[in-house]
This record gives sequence, structure tokens and C-alpha cells, in this order.
Amino acid sequence: MTARIALEGIGKTFGAGETALRALDRIDLVVHPGEVVGLKGPSGSGKSTLLNIVACILEPTDGRLALDGETVWDGRYRVADLRRLRRERIGLIFQFHNLLPFLTATDNVALAMTLAGTDPAKARGRARDLLDYLQIGKRAGAMPSRLSGGEAQRVAIARALANRPGIILADEPTAALDSERARVVMDLLRQVAQDQQAAILVVTHDEKIFDRFDRMVALRDGRIEQDWRRAA
Amino acid sequence: MNLALADIRHRLGRFLMTCVGLGLLMAVALSMVGIYQGVVAEALALSRSLHAELWVVEQGTRGPFAESSRIPGDVRAIVARVPGVAEAGAITLRTAEAKAPQGILRMQIMGYEPGRPGGPSAIEAGRGLGGARFEMVVDARARLPLGATVELGGDRYRVVGLTRGLVASGGDPLAFVHLRDSQDLQFKLAPPAARRALAAGAGTGSTDTVNAVIARLHPGADPDAVAETIRRWKHLAALTDAEQADILTRSVVQRARVQLGMFTIVLLFVSAVIIALIIYTMTMDKLREIATLKLIGASDRTIVGLVLQQALILGGAGFVAATGIVFATRDFFPRAVALGPAEVAVMAGVIGFICVLGSLVSIRAALAIEPQQALGG
Repeated sequence: MTARIALEGIGKTFGAGETALRALDRIDLVVHPGEVVGLKGPSGSGKSTLLNIVACILEPTDGRLALDGETVWDGRYRVADLRRLRRERIGLIFQFHNLLPFLTATDNVALAMTLAGTDPAKARGRARDLLDYLQIGKRAGAMPSRLSGGEAQRVAIARALANRPGIILADEPTAALDSERARVVMDLLRQVAQDQQAAILVVTHDEKIFDRFDRMVALRDGRIEQDWRRAA
Repeated sequence: MNLALADIRHRLGRFLMTCVGLGLLMAVALSMVGIYQGVVAEALALSRSLHAELWVVEQGTRGPFAESSRIPGDVRAIVARVPGVAEAGAITLRTAEAKAPQGILRMQIMGYEPGRPGGPSAIEAGRGLGGARFEMVVDARARLPLGATVELGGDRYRVVGLTRGLVASGGDPLAFVHLRDSQDLQFKLAPPAARRALAAGAGTGSTDTVNAVIARLHPGADPDAVAETIRRWKHLAALTDAEQADILTRSVVQRARVQLGMFTIVLLFVSAVIIALIIYTMTMDKLREIATLKLIGASDRTIVGLVLQQALILGGAGFVAATGIVFATRDFFPRAVALGPAEVAVMAGVIGFICVLGSLVSIRAALAIEPQQALGG
């Protein structure tokens, strides 16, 4: 089975000379389709850096990054249009939702599809379906400022799922949610992983959702300290 | 979906306030363009209204609008007999202050003989001058009603007709009176001065002096050839209407034109800077949104479209507001604000260009925003 995400010896150094900071060091990580992997570790351990490298927002310093079997970086980017890669193959979920405040919930979701070239009417239709699937269909016309934290996070998830990406990356998606809503969000992600055979990589500090992951990877000082699978 | 419009709808109040502010600024610039055009239009208004093809003036002068010119009144009859001339009329021109019901009124007094060239081509209200003396046809700019009485040079004149758009190059309204009345106003000595002149041995002197004779030609007559014939008389000069128009626009109102033109350029430059700053501020207010767009894969074209469309919508809305303001208030200006479709279209083009130019800095800044800037709290 081709891995959705494959990191081989990935490293990242910020700055140079005496002030250089090694944020990630020789990271090897493979995430397969349908797998939900949690990434934990203390602040400054390199979790967000790792996520940003997989999202092609941050360029690694060394190693090799492959997505869906295709080498994306091995000393330099092998893909000319990184934004296209992101909009077609990666779904991103952020801690603070990052919904566009001037678009309704439906349009926030539809935008991801229209950017990928989907007809606007079809995009809106699928956006409404996704919001229904995430049980916030009745809030489809609401502006982000009118949504609760949980609702906004579900809209952000709908946006991440809009183009049926094979990879979903989430940075602290449950940080602003209470325990019950956090579990609902994680259950939704697990459902998506199964339905779409997507690989899901989630950065989290939230211990109450640790049981929702297939695998947990612990980082410390830029290195993988532990990588273990949840008992079936 | 249009991101630019969606963002404007989201911040509609702020956008409208910005448009109003920008509209006022553009209204000033548009007014200046109108006043600039108005100065030229007003300078040519009288000359065009008279339909004169030839101006006969004192030798060595450039006509009654540019400098003082005095010629005998009988020159009119001589000019009328020149081959090619269909009709001729003697005129006088002087600036005077009259006592009007609303106070002192500065006017350009034009004397002419009714029935001969020199009178207004159209009467807006009332009638033209008749046989009686001390009548006046005045431009509506003087804000005198029909029947009003105006005191001028010790005599009382009654307003019998009104014209529209006939003003002097300085913007003063034109008042038409009988040639005889204007000659008395301009050349007749006051009784004490006349008595003193007589005692000193001078005659009472003739007041049959005019400032210019204007002529209309037979169809097919060559104005230059007729002018050349008249110039053979040593004491006269002749100008074609084209030469007169050239003197009016290039000499009489030149300084005003250049002054207004320079001011308009400065205003447009200031407008460009302000528009650029507004667009830049609007773009930087959306820094996080633009970063998010990049994060979810928006192309540079989408980002450029967002900034550019907002700049053009802002400029367009401001220009519509400016045009509305200027057209609603232009009658309150003391001088003509001459704005036609051509001037408005050119100004719209200039504003559009300024908006595009002003958005370039913002586009550059927007394209430099890193997707990572969307992350974090």
C-alpha cells in the first residue's frame, strides 16, 4: 500500500551560524491511508514545524518528503505549484479555524472547491452536503462571527474535506472545544479517514482525545521520542 | 463567488464612509477640471454668441478683450461697405459696478446698436433692447429679475431681458445696453469736468467713439482677405474670429488656465497618494485572510483580483459620489463648472488609472504575505 505521507530523515534548521536552531532532526514517519495519527509533545518540540513541512508551507533543510508516493522535496521542491498541490491533495484544519470572515459557512466551504476549478453552483451544493454531513446544515448561511467555536471548527473541517483530499493535517483542532465537542470532532475525522481512505495527522496537546488516534507519535527536541499504536 | 464584493459587503459601513471621503476628494479634483474648462468656455462665450467673423479695432491693439482699443464710431459705416462684408455693428465694452437691489454688482457693460451685430444671440426671458434708452439685457448670473432697476453712471436702467451663459472672461455677467448709453457712460465727461474742459479752451468733444466694430461676411467671403483689405487703413487693425478666440484663450485667460491646470495636477497627485494609502490599508487589514487564501491554495491571480477589484470598486464608487456631488452643487459656484460627457469620461479614465497604479504597491505587499501568517492566534 502506498503511504499517503512519507518522511525520511527530515530535518529543519532555522537561522545559521551560532544562532542556528535545529527544530527537527532526522524525522522518519509514514502515515498510511485510513490512519489517524496524533502528534504530541511539549511546546517547541517541533510538532507544528513538522505539520507545516508536510503541508508544504515550510521548506525542510534536509531529508525527503513524499506525498501519495510522489517525491515532493528531496533537497528542493519537485512540485512546481505548491498551492495547487495543497488545494487538490491536502486538507488543512487550524486551531483558530481561519474561516474567511466575509463569507458564509457555505461559501467558506465552497471557496476551497471553486479555487480548484469546480463550478460554483456544484461547489455550493457539495458544501451544503458536507455541512449536513457534519450536522451543521442549519447554520449554512451564517457568517463565521455568528458561529460557536464548535460550529466554526466543523465548518473548517468541511472546508478541509471539500476537495476530497487524501491527506488531512490538523493543528490543535480541538483546543477551543469542550471535551464532548472535541470527541465529536475527532470522531468525524476518524469517519472521514475510513470513508475517504485519507491519512490524518493531528497535532494535539489534548489528552482527552488521545484514545481517538490509531497511533501516537511523541516529539521531543525535534526528534521522535515515541511512536506507538493504540491497542485494537 | 466574488471575494472582493463579499469583503465589501462584510465591511459595508466602513467602505461607504471611505467612498464618501474619497468622493469629496475626487469632487474637488473634478470641480477643478470643470472650472478649468469653464474659464475657457466663459472666455469664448461672448465671442461665439456674437457670431462675428471679423473684429476691427484700433491699430496696434489686439481687440477689446485683450487691451484698450478706441476707434471712431463712423468706422462701422466704412467697414459695412467693404466688399465681402454683409453687416457690421459697433460695440463698446467696459467693466462697471452698478447699484442693484441686492447691492453693488460688477458687470461687463456691452453697448451695441439694436438691429446690428453686437447683441445677444438668444434671450432666455423677456425681450431684447427696443428703441427706448436706459434699457438693459443682462445675464442670469447677475441674479437680477426682469423689471429690476439698476443704477449705472448716475442713470437708472431697467432690466428688460435675460440671457444665459454670457459672461466676460473674468466671470462677470454681461449687460447689454444701447450703444449711445454705453458711449455716454464710457466717454462723456461729468458736467463739472465738461465745464472745466470748455473753460480751458477744449471743445465738448465727440463721444461717438467705439471699442470695436464687428462684421459678418457674405457666404463664401474669405475672412483673411477682408481683414487684409481693412488693415490697409493705417489707423485700423482687423482680426478674424479664429485670431480673436486664440487671443482669448492663449492670452487673456492663460494665467488662470495654467494656475488651474497646475492645481488640478497637484490635486490628482494628492488623490493618487490617498487612494494608494487607502487601498494599502484595506489590503493590510486582510493580511490574515490573504494568508489563509494562500494556505488553502488560492493562486496569485485570485489574490491580485481581490486587491485590484476592490481598488476599482472603491475608485468607481468614489467617482460616482464625486460626480453626483459636483453636478448637484455646480450651480452654486461663482464661475462656470463646465463638465460634459467627455470631461467626465476622461476623468473616470484618470481615476481608473490612479486606482490601478495605487493598487500596485498593495498587490506587491499581498503577494509577499506568507501562508504561515495565517497560523497562530
